[in-house]
Amino acid sequence: MSIQVKFFASLRERMERPGDEIAAEAVATAADVWASVAGDTPLPANVLVAVNQEYVDIEHAVHDGDEVAFFPPVTGG
Amino acid sequence: MKVEVHTQPFEPWAELARYQEQTEQLHGQYGATAAFVGTMRDFNEGDAVQGMTLEHYPGMTERYLEEISAKAAQQWELLDSLILHRVGELSPNDPIVLVAVWSAHRGDAFAACRYLMEELKSRAPFWKKERLETGSRWVEHNTPG
Repeated sequence: MSIQVKFFASLRERMERPGDEIAAEAVATAADVWASVAGDTPLPANVLVAVNQEYVDIEHAVHDGDEVAFFPPVTGG
Repeated sequence: MKVEVHTQPFEPWAELARYQEQTEQLHGQYGATAAFVGTMRDFNEGDAVQGMTLEHYPGMTERYLEEISAKAAQQWELLDSLILHRVGELSPNDPIVLVAVWSAHRGDAFAACRYLMEELKSRAPFWKKERLETGSRWVEHNTPG
């Protein structure tokens, strides 16, 4: 199994891909997931994080099979 | 209670009338319907806007809208609610969102409609990218309500 990572909107464009699939063994939190997919790029201050489609903070634990999403402030309506 | 993300243009007033007609639990029960319709403008932050792409997070968006609909139903005396939101390519004058709430009395309907709209704007995962004459840009933040 693994962790599915998704990026949306301007962050997807900045990352130049809609997401990644990473091995679950090496990561314990959403912050670790970001470090794994973004390398040295720090998490932009206003980026929102969701695990399994629920808002969480960046230190939220992640597990095998989770979906972790990173996206900019929302602008619907 | 219904939540729908539309990939094609929709007519909010016709959708509202159809939903109200089809929902038998409303008949004879509602004294108040509060509705908000958001429509695409052809200007933003001093620039002419030619069109817009609306993106969402399939799954999470619907889930979030269902969650706030359930919260509104707990907080106020509501009979029903309806949220429709467009995604995809939009042109000025296209409807973006419909939030409609039914209750016995106006106080609950007004309050719940406002709550749903503000929660949607501040937390529902949708993103707008505007097309200008000079190129396109992501909308960075919503205007205050």
